[in-house]
Amino acid sequence: MLKIAVCAKQVPDTDIPPSQFKVDEDGLQVVPPAGVPPIVNGFDMNAVEAALRLRDAGVECEIVIFSVGNAFALDVMKKPLAIGADRLVLVDDEESDSLDALGTARVLAAAIEQDGGADLVLAGRQASDWDQAHVPIMLSELMSVPLVTLVRNLTMSEDGDSFEVERVAEGGCQRIECPMPAVMTVTNELGEARYANLRGIMAATRKRPETRTIADLGIGDVANDGRLAMTRLFVPVSESTVEFIEGEDEADAGRLLALRLREAKLI
Amino acid sequence: MSSGVLIVGEVIDGGLHPTVRQLVNAAGQIDRDASLCLAVDDAFDVGALENVGVGNVILLEHPDAADDGVDGVYSLLSELVCEAVAQLEPSSVMLAKTDAGSVVSARVAARFGAGLAADCIDLAVNPSTGRVAVTRPVHGGNALAVYEFPGDGLQVVSVRPGAFEAEVADGIPEVERVDVSGVSVSGAVPVLVETVSEAGEGIPLEQADVVVSGGRGLGGPEPFENLRELCGLLNAALGASRAACDAGWIDHSHQVGLTGKSISPTTYITVGISGASQHMAGCSSARNIVAIDKDREANIFSHARYGVVGDWAKVLPAFTAAVAELD
Ligand SMILES: Cc1cc2nc3c(=O)[nH]c(=O)nc-3n(C[C@H](O)[C@H](O)[C@H](O)COP(=O)(O)OP(=O)(O)OC[C@H]3O[C@@H](n4cnc5c(N)ncnc54)[C@H](O)[C@@H]3O)c2cc1C
Ligand SMILES: Nc1ncnc2c1ncn2[C@@H]1O[C@H](COP(=O)(O)O)[C@@H](O)[C@H]1O
Repeated sequence: MLKIAVCAKQVPDTDIPPSQFKVDEDGLQVVPPAGVPPIVNGFDMNAVEAALRLRDAGVECEIVIFSVGNAFALDVMKKPLAIGADRLVLVDDEESDSLDALGTARVLAAAIEQDGGADLVLAGRQASDWDQAHVPIMLSELMSVPLVTLVRNLTMSEDGDSFEVERVAEGGCQRIECPMPAVMTVTNELGEARYANLRGIMAATRKRPETRTIADLGIGDVANDGRLAMTRLFVPVSESTVEFIEGEDEADAGRLLALRLREAKLI
Repeated sequence: MSSGVLIVGEVIDGGLHPTVRQLVNAAGQIDRDASLCLAVDDAFDVGALENVGVGNVILLEHPDAADDGVDGVYSLLSELVCEAVAQLEPSSVMLAKTDAGSVVSARVAARFGAGLAADCIDLAVNPSTGRVAVTRPVHGGNALAVYEFPGDGLQVVSVRPGAFEAEVADGIPEVERVDVSGVSVSGAVPVLVETVSEAGEGIPLEQADVVVSGGRGLGGPEPFENLRELCGLLNAALGASRAACDAGWIDHSHQVGLTGKSISPTTYITVGISGASQHMAGCSSARNIVAIDKDREANIFSHARYGVVGDWAKVLPAFTAAVAELD
């Protein structure tokens, strides 16, 4: 049976309007608006979907979600379980806030290894909090396995010992045959994750996450080792002021807009 | 050169990728004597290095260098750059945050245990600490973060394409050739079966002087026909928000934004796009944003120079008709 590890990160909800986005400049932290729960990083749900589609296509597999973080919202992190993932491994540790991408990759590599390894590691193309797109690449480097980024379609080869992958590339796509084991990052072009049904939600409620700390992984101190330190975090202000074009009605406003743009030599 | 910045440039069609000169300018903010290295094969034209703006260029010569991407995932390029870093021992490595640059920067950082700051839009030396300080957009562009590299280890910086102007400087650099033909990728590698070009319709987004984009507010695929008509009149490229692409109304190759294309037209016209920070990340260098949206409070209006508040179905046809009458 194929073992698929999916790396999924808890991040602040990205659907809040920019005007509600606040930071604590002294604490170098983002302050989510009150009452807005976090989400599973969107691309990571695309990665879960990619794993489920392999199963739909007849690939027998165990799908295990790995997440490094703290202050987990369990009902949020259980979403992948509710749509069909089998297990949830949480590395739940205060230290995780101080991890840079390399530190996070080391922790994930160790957690996956301790769980018996994986034939395929799927991750999102990037995490929507710090927008780095580094962790999975580093993970492939640490695990010494091939990497394919920006996957939009994933199937198993006929003989079942490699993957057939379509990745988004400049001006089109690339078809790649990828040996196993491998690390892949999934992009939204693959398609949205399916909705959970009631049965799935009930099943997920009963499942308990398997939690560990970084110390449990036996890799020593991985906190960022002074490689990179944030010194400032702030919300930039836009200095643009808009000139609203108004007319007798909306159509008239459209007509006047064209004239105004021509006058300003913009069209 | 055991200190200083090593710029890793990309080669395209035997010449320099447009980001190379941007990197030279960016590197100049922290080191006036940066070197540039390029992985090249025989077909590389050294003439392309004229006026590149650095004094010293290192050509990493490998017969397959130009073919990287052969496995689709830049494995060889990563190995060549790791080899260069091992031999040259720079204090910082600087790349462009392109598809290739993302992979190479993360691989180099993992290999050397280096600090890595991605997608930077500003670089400086902190006068009080003497350390390199970089600024990068985070949380989809909702915030900016400044990072420093506190340790003495290798620093890897990737720079957002388009964030810096291209350097233009007189002179011909000294060129040093390093034979790296012995470097290969070890272990299992993916195999590129085929590259399929999916040429988008119309004028390429990155080159257009005017871009017209549609968003979720259009409500379906049909209104994009209206935008196509407008594009035809304005000689404009057609763009879209991710919401419109994800809905299947238009191909993803038209997506503008953080995970789509970065554009810098003179005039950017949006219709039914709210202006989420991830969208704005791809058009922040547009010089004039013009927005049509029915919500006066939409974020797009805090970036726009001109706006019309209204239903696109009423505003757009009149706008298009008036444009058609302009001469
Ligand atoms: C990691 C990450 C990366 C992302 N990358 C990108 C990216 O590259 N590009 C991108 O675009 N998005 C990206 N997004 C998504 C982004 O956050 C927004 O969800 C998206 O841009 C919203 O698209 P929209 O403006 O079309 O839709 P909405 O935000 O829903 O806005 C629709 C607008 O249409 C208006 N409207 C509705 N009806 C009408 C009407 N009849 N007439 C006129 N106006 C009307 C509404 O007032 C509203 O302002 C990303 C998100 C994440 C998390
Ligand atoms: N703390 C984490 N826990 C689990 N997965 C993560 C974590 N951080 C990053 N990842 C994975 O790596 C991808 C890219 O993240 P990043 O490199 O931070 O942009 C994410 O989409 C996740 O799949």
